[in-house]
Amino acid sequence: MRVVLAEDLHLLREGLVALLRAHGFEVVAAVESGPELLTALVGERPDVAVVDVRLPPTFTDEGLQAVLAARRQVPGLPVLVLSQHVEQLYARELLADGSGGVGYLLKDRVFNGEQFVDAVRRVAAGGTAMDPEVIARLLASNARNEPLGRLTPREREVLELMAEGRSNAAIGQRLFLSDSAVGKHTANIFTKLGLAASDDDNRRVLAVLAFLNSK
Amino acid sequence: MASARSTLTALARSTALAGLALLGLAAGLAMLVAVMLTFLVGLVFVFPPAVRFARAVTRRQRGLASRWSGVPIDDPYRPAPPPPVPQADGWYRDGRTLYRKPTIPAFNKRWNWMTKDPATWRDLAFLVSAPLAGGFVAAAPLLAVAYGVAWAAGGNPAMGAVWILLAVIVAPWYAPWAVRLHGQVAAALLGPTEKARLAQRVTRLDAARTEAVDSQAAELRRIERDLHDGAQARLVAIGMTIGAAEQLLESDPQAARALLGKAREASATALQEIRRLVRGIHPPVLAERGLGDAVRALALDSPLRVHVTVDLPERASAPLESAAYFAVSELLANAARHGDATEAWVDVSAQGPALRVTVTDDGHGGADPERGTGLRGIERRLGAFDGVLAVNSPVGGPTTAVIELPRAFRTRPAPTTPWRYFGRLCWALWPIALFPQGLVAMVFKLVGSPVKSWFLALYMPGPFQWPAIVGMILLGGGLLAVALATTVRTRETEGGGCA
Repeated sequence: MRVVLAEDLHLLREGLVALLRAHGFEVVAAVESGPELLTALVGERPDVAVVDVRLPPTFTDEGLQAVLAARRQVPGLPVLVLSQHVEQLYARELLADGSGGVGYLLKDRVFNGEQFVDAVRRVAAGGTAMDPEVIARLLASNARNEPLGRLTPREREVLELMAEGRSNAAIGQRLFLSDSAVGKHTANIFTKLGLAASDDDNRRVLAVLAFLNSK
Repeated sequence: MASARSTLTALARSTALAGLALLGLAAGLAMLVAVMLTFLVGLVFVFPPAVRFARAVTRRQRGLASRWSGVPIDDPYRPAPPPPVPQADGWYRDGRTLYRKPTIPAFNKRWNWMTKDPATWRDLAFLVSAPLAGGFVAAAPLLAVAYGVAWAAGGNPAMGAVWILLAVIVAPWYAPWAVRLHGQVAAALLGPTEKARLAQRVTRLDAARTEAVDSQAAELRRIERDLHDGAQARLVAIGMTIGAAEQLLESDPQAARALLGKAREASATALQEIRRLVRGIHPPVLAERGLGDAVRALALDSPLRVHVTVDLPERASAPLESAAYFAVSELLANAARHGDATEAWVDVSAQGPALRVTVTDDGHGGADPERGTGLRGIERRLGAFDGVLAVNSPVGGPTTAVIELPRAFRTRPAPTTPWRYFGRLCWALWPIALFPQGLVAMVFKLVGSPVKSWFLALYMPGPFQWPAIVGMILLGGGLLAVALATTVRTRETEGGGCA
């Protein structure tokens, strides 16, 4: 799988390259600034890109802007965005085109190599990987949302994991539930939130995120 | 119709202003008499009532100037002295004299307060000059009509009609202008002097600086403590854990692995703490996107349904953005916490060089800046930039808070030079028109003196002499008024909006 990597801190960049290589990815470009990143994304058309939000030359949201620009040129280009902090605003912008293939994680998640690589794979496959903190803040800002209040605590747990972008199987593993139990919970959640059920994991996640973003 | 109505309003106003100017003249003359009685004869007790009367009249003028001409004028007076306080033995000390009763010390204090305040003497100057500079000019259309009526009554209806018609034609543009001009004349003499304004400003800045420095020091202490007890301590622990794992690597790899896992968890917690701290110092989204998007991010994080509108020409300076951001953050949090609100509206916009943020919510209101420490904190933060917070929160809601930070954006320098030269010309010419050509010529005409000297009016054919004299007086008053008004205008534009 071909990866473009953008990270301005040398140590972290080398670490990520090593981690990805160790898991069988091919790092076709490892860049350190916004303009370079845009060229690499459009030129290389990687299977997935791993990008730091804050990059030179402006050290603002250069990386995010490059990613958004690249996705306008190459719709659905899978990108996993990393940052020292997460903002609902940025998550919204990444999800805005509704085509999936988006990840948005705190840099801390790199600590756990297995989970991080799993997220990269999920994004490359067109899925979603949202940081638990994004989801927590989404839910907190939806605290007064009527339908959400009707969920049982267990359904809420399932919703959180689903919003992060996990499949039914992964949710079952995390919560020690059988596949059919998870399926029942998700069906309940969709009924209570008034969303149309879908068998497709990715579309389901996007529907949930759209619901949470619509407050 | 609307314009006819506004003309009538303006006419009524200018007439009222002329009447008020006459009242002012009476007050001014009364005050002059009082001053003479006081300083020449020694009847000091007539002075305070005269000043109080003059202040009552000028206060009314100030009110009208802001209501009718849209020129807000601050009270220029110094604060009244506190009543005298008796000593422990019950006597009142005033300088080196002791009094049994507070009457005389109180009078002395009031006396000093009134005589030493330049605003007292500027009031007098306004009252004496206003009939000429403002009132007379304002009443010009009325005078023309009266003159026309006089002609008609004198058996010359054609001449009378000409004057009345002239007044009717000129009034629609003249009357509103006269009302505006009157407001600016009032602002020139009734507003605080530049010196008083600067003195007030220095006091305010001094207090703001002290508060800013204090709160900054407190903030730094808090950050230091947070780092010391949080991230720093955790890093030490991580280092020790890794060291222990290193020692166990050979003998007990299983335990070493467990220790390394712990170190990783600790580093994640340390990161979390630093992230929280950074958010409190300078939110990353503010650094990355500026105020508009940072406020949008706040809106998304709020449990309320927040509608944000942003209209900014450019980014303000970082400290200013930060002050505005934390103010909005606090206001939204307040609305959610105390106000029981479900919806809020935030409007961020530039008002000239000022940044204005309005936060409205549909909560039950009753917020009071005097009681809430949060609101006080916002005021302190804004105070360092001359910013102000105005909260309107009637019980039952809705609450509206307006933050205004002056000088947030660059402004194009206003072209003031032509105005200034025009103002100087007016300053130079008004006495010539008013005194020799107007008032002195009037005296000559009344006395019927054969000397014509250089009084233009007296060289005119008979029926035009009085109009020329009155016209000269009007011209002199008008020039004085314009001169005063331009002085105020140049001061405002060049002073850079020194509030």
